[in-house]
Amino acid sequence: MSRQDGEQLTVPPDGRPEAEQPRWRQDFPIDSPQDEYVARRDFVKFMVLISLAFTTGQFWVLLRNAQRAPAEALPLRAIARVDDIAVGGALVFAYPEPGDARVLVRLDAQTMVAYAQHCTHLSCPVIPQPEAGRLYCPCHEGSFDLATGRPIAGPPQRALPRVRLQVRDGVIYATGVEERSA
Amino acid sequence: MPVPAQMEFFIDPSRCIGCQACVQACTECDTHKGAAMIQLDYIDRGSSPQTVPVVCMHCDSPTCAEVCPADAIKRSGDGVVQTARKPRCIACNNCVLACPFGVPKMHTQMNLMMKCDMCYDRTSVGQKPMCASVCPSQALFYGRREEIERSRPRSRPITRFQFGSQVITTKVNVMVPRHQLIDLVDVTSAQHERAAGQEMQDDPLLAGMHLGEGVA
Repeated sequence: MSRQDGEQLTVPPDGRPEAEQPRWRQDFPIDSPQDEYVARRDFVKFMVLISLAFTTGQFWVLLRNAQRAPAEALPLRAIARVDDIAVGGALVFAYPEPGDARVLVRLDAQTMVAYAQHCTHLSCPVIPQPEAGRLYCPCHEGSFDLATGRPIAGPPQRALPRVRLQVRDGVIYATGVEERSA
Repeated sequence: MPVPAQMEFFIDPSRCIGCQACVQACTECDTHKGAAMIQLDYIDRGSSPQTVPVVCMHCDSPTCAEVCPADAIKRSGDGVVQTARKPRCIACNNCVLACPFGVPKMHTQMNLMMKCDMCYDRTSVGQKPMCASVCPSQALFYGRREEIERSRPRSRPITRFQFGSQVITTKVNVMVPRHQLIDLVDVTSAQHERAAGQEMQDDPLLAGMHLGEGVA
């Protein structure tokens, strides 16, 4: 009993030839070789439709980005006077929303930096250690470079979001937040 | 690897001695370990100890697969009807109720229909099914057609059965007396006849034989 590839082994109950059978018998064959068979045309159709879906998705993402970009202009907000913070001192403030804790550190007379206070690993609050030149997260021994906010030790992989600062007439203003992916 | 086409399964119910060795062996099969897919049915328990081994007959038009709403029961290219596919089987019991031979078994713990698959892990590598390898009276025989024709001169295999108006052709053979013109086994008619061992043989498959033209 040798059979050609694609030939049905199972006989339909009414015994009539395959061509006279209803369409669903071809779609749901009982023989597993036919059940597992995928026509080249069906495969290509599937591939094209999936690629089309991915392409459409990319355009959708692009469109969403274009819509969102101009909306995010953060307010200018006064934080503290420069004289209130000693060199090597730090200040915790919220910007732009009340829940967004930020930490400001005065590195020397001229330079000030501010970062998000949440560690990028599991959101524990980071502690500035200006003498060591780092922001330290006690939860899992993570460290960030104080000058740039980039991770230098421990589990965190991403840099702390940086708050843009401006000093005008002895007052420190926050002007925006830089989200950074690495 | 498919089951070789020249290797066939033969059942001779008149040889069955009811020892249950096949049932025990069946639980050892790796495709359904721990559960027996073969059973011994008593013909007329009140008057006879005669049993019939019931394995899947692997029909050419499998009723179980025809009634499956989930498209789960498939027949491999060598004609063996396999256990329901686990990702598809919805444990609806349709196949259990529909099979005229009463072969599929519902395993509610696994939500899966399992059935005799002729020990596919063994037969597909050239070994005998578990039941046929242990049967002491060879009521279950697995081998070549020439072999059984030579060793059993008084019997011959047939593969057609009738249940009411449904005629079924199977892959598995049942042995019937060689010199009677038996075309098919009418199983449902046999159920209504007395098989007490007086005028009939105590074998429903033989008792209800549909005799063809020109009975000798």
